[in-house]
Amino acid sequence: MDTILQLLLNGLAVGCIYGLVALGFVLIYKATELVNFAQGDLLMLGAFTCYMFVVWYGLGYWAAFALAIAIVALFGAALDATVLRRVIGQPQFAVVMLTIGLGAIFRSFASITWGSEIYTLPTPFSARATRLGGVTVSHEYVSIIVGTVVLCAALYAFFTYTRVGVAMQAASQNQLAAYYMGIPVKRMFSLIWAISAGVAAIAGVLLAPVSLIDINLGFIGLKAFAAAVLGGFGSIPGALVGGLTIGLIELFAGAYLPHGVKDVAAYVVLLVVLAVRPQGIFGAVGRKKV
Amino acid sequence: MTAPLLEVSEIHTAYGLSRVLFGVSIEVGAGECVCLLGRNGVGKSTTMRSIMGLTPPQAGRVAFKGVDITGWESYRVARAGIGFVPEDRRIFADLTVWENLDVAQRGGGWTTERVFDLFPTLRQLTGRNGGYLSGGEQQMLTIARTLMGNPELLLLDEPSEGLAPLVVDHLDEQIARLKAEGLTILLAEQNTEFSLRLADRVYVLEKGAIRFSGAAAALRDNEALRHELLAL
Repeated sequence: MDTILQLLLNGLAVGCIYGLVALGFVLIYKATELVNFAQGDLLMLGAFTCYMFVVWYGLGYWAAFALAIAIVALFGAALDATVLRRVIGQPQFAVVMLTIGLGAIFRSFASITWGSEIYTLPTPFSARATRLGGVTVSHEYVSIIVGTVVLCAALYAFFTYTRVGVAMQAASQNQLAAYYMGIPVKRMFSLIWAISAGVAAIAGVLLAPVSLIDINLGFIGLKAFAAAVLGGFGSIPGALVGGLTIGLIELFAGAYLPHGVKDVAAYVVLLVVLAVRPQGIFGAVGRKKV
Repeated sequence: MTAPLLEVSEIHTAYGLSRVLFGVSIEVGAGECVCLLGRNGVGKSTTMRSIMGLTPPQAGRVAFKGVDITGWESYRVARAGIGFVPEDRRIFADLTVWENLDVAQRGGGWTTERVFDLFPTLRQLTGRNGGYLSGGEQQMLTIARTLMGNPELLLLDEPSEGLAPLVVDHLDEQIARLKAEGLTILLAEQNTEFSLRLADRVYVLEKGAIRFSGAAAALRDNEALRHELLAL
């Protein structure tokens, strides 16, 4: 029983990270119909930026965290304004190649700037745990879960209750109408890129203490992509549920199934779900925005 | 005479290589209701899209309150005071009626309260998603949403298109009320009976050019002319 609770906790934490990266995929896709395969590498940049401020410049964890979010978010907006805006409406193939290429550029930038070794980010949660019954509750995992819940609540409030948030939803749903109603659609899209990149950076910093930082950290994006597809690409709750599902499956498969199954279990489940329900868990059938 | 609120001079507009407008000029004075008439595909919608900057004209000039707005981005045109109600409505399907209205609010005389007075039906539907409204309700919502932006000039592109006759009658009353309240309206219609009753002046478009312009009354009282121009 204790093992199950332990796996549940760790699986939820890992799933939160997948969910956050998947959320980034979905936000950008809903607004611009672009699939950003560099989403995972933005997470990597976030983790490295925070590491740099903490270890190189001796900043406090929270200040470094905030700076990392701000810098990566600004970078996301700049990326939209300079590169990605130009490929809206181009074939998906071009977009996929472009964002995969951007991801490669980010990795080589990281390797040049920070080196290709493996780093540890010291955090206030590092190597601390509380025992609850038979379960070791590691503070790093708790910080991921709490961080994700707080972030999702903040995003939900932003998109539902602020005028800018509602305007962003409007621009996602119907660009043209938003445009002639006086909403600066391009600026909204840059803002969505900034939010997606910022969310990726947050996921990166939350993930860093449990996963170590290296330039390949971004490959987690592939699993997050599976999470987004599982949830029904385009659904925000779907992205989070998909992420949690994949995180839990992975941990339980690792514990109870033969060695090696862990890494493919998520994809097996994805294949099964897509065979039964091709639109994903929360996906809507055949609704294309006009 | 003071300068007209909207002055479109000699605009030429094309979609790619296919030219649609050939030197269209129209004027709309403050407080006037002007109607663009003509059959399908003569350029009524394109004229409106040219004014809004959705399909910027290649030649010619659009001026609003004396300011040259040719080629402005649509959101700036909207903020300058031109509200556009397109033929295909384009409500935000996954936002509620209330959110559809709120997102359009630009501060000024129009509040949700005032648009609900104009369209009482919407008051009962505030929590419903736009996508679940009927065609008539969606049309009301589109007009209401545009009014929330406090336009000085309202462009209505075939508001009665695709609606049941009873709904059209109701909508016509609301548009007449807006006119009575002093809002300047440029209306594109095929339904001549209603437009000729409401409009002060009309322009008849044919193949991307103005074929006739004059008082609505002239067309209303002259069936032969009406038949010749519109062949209805």
